[in-house]
Amino acid sequence: MLELDLTARLGNFALEAKFSCETTGIVALFGRSGAGKTSVVNMLAGLTRPHRGRIAVNGTVLFDSARGIDLPPERRRLGYVFQEGRLFPHMSVRRNLSYGYTRIPAAERSIGFEHVTDLLGLADLLGRRPGDLSGGEKQRVALGRALLANPRLLLMDEPLAALDQPRKEEVLPFIERLRDTLALPIVYVSHSMAEIVRLADTLVLLSEGRVEAVGTIEDLTSRLDLRPLTGRYEAGAVIRAEVVGQDEAFGLTELRFAGGGLWVPRVEAPIGTELRIRVRARDVALARERPRGVSILNMVPCRVEDIGAEAGPQVDLRLNAGGAALWARITRRSLAKLQIVPGARVYALIKAVAIDRTSLGRGAGRFLAGPAEGNLEE
Amino acid sequence: MNPLAPITPLEWEALRLSLWVAIWSVAVSLPFGVLIAWVLARTEFPGRGLLNGIVHLPLVLPPVVVGYLLLVLLGRQGPLGRLLFDWFGVSLPFTWQGAALAAGIMAFPLMVRAMRLSLDAIDRRLEAAARTLGARPVAVFATVTLPLMAPGIVVGVILAFARALGEFGATITFAANIPGETRTLPLALYSMIQTPGGEAAAFRLAIVSVIVSLAALAVSELLARRLQARLAG
Repeated sequence: MLELDLTARLGNFALEAKFSCETTGIVALFGRSGAGKTSVVNMLAGLTRPHRGRIAVNGTVLFDSARGIDLPPERRRLGYVFQEGRLFPHMSVRRNLSYGYTRIPAAERSIGFEHVTDLLGLADLLGRRPGDLSGGEKQRVALGRALLANPRLLLMDEPLAALDQPRKEEVLPFIERLRDTLALPIVYVSHSMAEIVRLADTLVLLSEGRVEAVGTIEDLTSRLDLRPLTGRYEAGAVIRAEVVGQDEAFGLTELRFAGGGLWVPRVEAPIGTELRIRVRARDVALARERPRGVSILNMVPCRVEDIGAEAGPQVDLRLNAGGAALWARITRRSLAKLQIVPGARVYALIKAVAIDRTSLGRGAGRFLAGPAEGNLEE
Repeated sequence: MNPLAPITPLEWEALRLSLWVAIWSVAVSLPFGVLIAWVLARTEFPGRGLLNGIVHLPLVLPPVVVGYLLLVLLGRQGPLGRLLFDWFGVSLPFTWQGAALAAGIMAFPLMVRAMRLSLDAIDRRLEAAARTLGARPVAVFATVTLPLMAPGIVVGVILAFARALGEFGATITFAANIPGETRTLPLALYSMIQTPGGEAAAFRLAIVSVIVSLAALAVSELLARRLQARLAG
């Protein structure tokens, strides 16, 4: 359980962040830049002090202004992976990794050196210096260094933001692997919905120093009132689905969700695996009748629940597909032409290829990245 | 007298004494230099500007004034000098230790400035990262701050050493010009110029000074480059 109640003055706005949530899996702190995400994490770590408030992790109070408790960062036992890595330039990778490890009593070292170097594929880097590492390697070492301090909670502040897409793809499986194999709660700061869908279970939405909502990713992404915060371009629904079949010949995987079947590009996961997928509103088209002779594989019967009121040429519609929420973004012109009103029955047309790897969440990652120890034998 | 003749035992003694005094002055002031550099770079307190001024005073004050103030303060009748003598039986004026003190004080601002520059260049976020990894502030200083400021320490030490080698005004005022005790290279050179027929010896001493200074510069350059390469990245 992570309990946070912070009041602080940050430049031109007041931070008043209060939330509590379970610390199973990854908790994502999401918000635009300047929303106060990094400030919240720095206060959690003890690097900056809130004006007033309380911080507790799984019952251990780290800060409580009312009781005069303010543990210094070195006694909070929170691992921190910074956006820029912050590896010590004068130490080898090995010494960087063992920096925190050697500072904790041997009895408390539940995550060992070999375990971490295996998990993160660091064995070949140990003798090198941070200056000789690529951006992705640096972040993996930073991750290992934080893990080896055997923290009670791992903080990750936009650990991928400084990396280009290929480097991101290189580091992401490692984060998924540690989420799936270590029972370590993680607070993950990001402004990328794609990363969050792929990694996180719980979402904390932050805006201008305030917590706007806390909940599951599925719930928060389907709320129209949060749309300005969750982002318009990236807007979409997150739905839970189960793998029900593999089409070897065409390289497709069949999923089943509340609204019916769904074909997606092949996912390396056994039948029965639960996945979380994100379907962006701009990848969903609508038809009044089941169309014929089109290439689109997925046609999901839905009922229109709500029509967004934004001005402009396009409009977002919330659809109910057998209980699951879907979003569609169409032009205002089509809306008028098809005479779509709330309650109307429509078919949501979803291109299978629009659901790519970055749209696949927990569970998928575990199998796409291979089993924890599988591909590490050297 | 032949200016190219090998240096005489007297000149050799002046060189040896100079090195001795300079090494001691640097060795003793080094920890204070690191401490003061850290205090000036990292802390904020009411008397900080005053401290900064005092540390830099020898840089702008005529060296003779510094020597005179030392004499007033540390002479047998001076407030500090009397205490030193009564308690420890130590008297600094007219001793090589006194010469080292005078040289150390004159060189101190150069040492502190070089260290402070390197401290200011350290990414403090690295220190914050070390704290999150369980290191107390003292451990952070020893394992992160100090190694990262090493190039500045080397530069500061070499600059201070060179300055101490060349120190004249404060030394002659506070420690006088006693052969074998406080007659360092510059003082010996000065004495030779004052002595009829000492021109050749003075010239040789000048050449020795140039060689020692160049050697110090070369060593500093080499060390700084090595450290810089180690810290790159």
